[in-house]
Amino acid sequence: MSDAVVQLLFLIIKALLMSLIIVTMVAFIIYFERKFAGFFQSRVGPTYLGPWGSLQSFGDILKLLSKEDLIPEQADRWVFRLAPYLIFVPAFLVMAVLPFGPVGGEPNLFGYRFDYVIANFDSGLVLFLAMGAVAVYGVVLAGWSSNNHFSLLGGLRAGAQMISYELAMGFSLVGVMLMAGSTNLVTIVDYQAGGFWSWLFIPQVVGGLVFFVATLAELNRTPFDLAEAEQELVAGYLTEYSGMRWGLFMFAEYVNLLVVSGIVATLYFGGWRAPLAVLDFIPGPIWLFLKICVLIFIYMWVRWTIFRYRYNQLMSIGWKVLLPLSLANLVVTAVVVNIFGD
Amino acid sequence: MVNSTVDLVIQLALMFAIGAGMAIMFITLSHLLSPKSKNPNKSQPYECGVVPKGDARTPFNVHYYLVAVLFVLFDLEAVFIYPWAVSLRGLGTAALIEMFFFIGVLLVGYLYAWKKGVFDWE
Repeated sequence: MSDAVVQLLFLIIKALLMSLIIVTMVAFIIYFERKFAGFFQSRVGPTYLGPWGSLQSFGDILKLLSKEDLIPEQADRWVFRLAPYLIFVPAFLVMAVLPFGPVGGEPNLFGYRFDYVIANFDSGLVLFLAMGAVAVYGVVLAGWSSNNHFSLLGGLRAGAQMISYELAMGFSLVGVMLMAGSTNLVTIVDYQAGGFWSWLFIPQVVGGLVFFVATLAELNRTPFDLAEAEQELVAGYLTEYSGMRWGLFMFAEYVNLLVVSGIVATLYFGGWRAPLAVLDFIPGPIWLFLKICVLIFIYMWVRWTIFRYRYNQLMSIGWKVLLPLSLANLVVTAVVVNIFGD
Repeated sequence: MVNSTVDLVIQLALMFAIGAGMAIMFITLSHLLSPKSKNPNKSQPYECGVVPKGDARTPFNVHYYLVAVLFVLFDLEAVFIYPWAVSLRGLGTAALIEMFFFIGVLLVGYLYAWKKGVFDWE
């Protein structure tokens, strides 16, 4: 077979496998989130379905599928239907640029070259930021189209919050771009080769922390979950959604959590690379999986530990603390890179 | 495959198709499985049981517009910075100083907005 056909075949296999893994992982992330929430609050969490309740998410999907899908009378029906897709699809696209193993080099599978990434995209990081921006449309349009006071308020809050933190996010990533000299995630991982002391979280500790906090806001998770503050806004922009359309929002939220954990692991924690040279025998995808699991646990830990901020606190953290910090990080990194070269 | 640009389009389009296909599949499944019963009360907006008063698309706080305008400004700045950041090693000190002027000009605007109280929500 010619190389082009084999590469196309590999691509289809990779894309299907990746989607399957995402769906399975999301189901278990939701289960673990509920289980950990239980443990953090001295409860047991889900217990009935499967061993230790581990099949709870699949049961929930079946339940949501069999629930009535209501669209309010005065809602903007087309926008109302479009909004869930606008949140769901971008999250999926970002997974395409995430490398989960070595890319390029010698043929490694039956005499053909198997790249452990779906798209070796030179602007992968920019694609990630762009897709994050598209998701804001989904949230704002969901709030706007529902024709519900709570939804509108939730959508507006979420929109303002997400664009505010996207700035800090964008600027904190410049530090990584400066050091690795690329926006290609494959190149960024290659730059971090050679053990955990060459991972970027050491020189980029400020940028990394700013990025982490900004992603918390971007994911609409506590302490920044004002958009769906249950006590004041019912469920924010989700109020009018029911059945599987609501399920799609939830699903997208956890796909986003997975993607963002993958991006943090790739940018600051060496991606698929092993922390020590002696551990290189363990394949790359397993390392990436382990790092993503640890990061997801940290996101859950933060969610169930810290209180929700007030809206004015949230905006002043974003604009008055994180943005100047990320700019300072940018300037210092640029000077250091310019003086020391590599 | 063909060349790097076409490859990229194929790769991203495939992921897009799988994502969109999955979402459409879920919605279609629920459309087939879910019960349908019409009721005028069900199609009202949910506002905690109180009958909704007027249209929800009312004027809202002008602060949201200000934040959006500032976002456009700073995000454009970020977009200008990315290519510079990628190629700083090749450009040398002159590019560094030029970028400091660029950031400085925007910092003036940022401080002005801060003094004007755009970031204070009460």
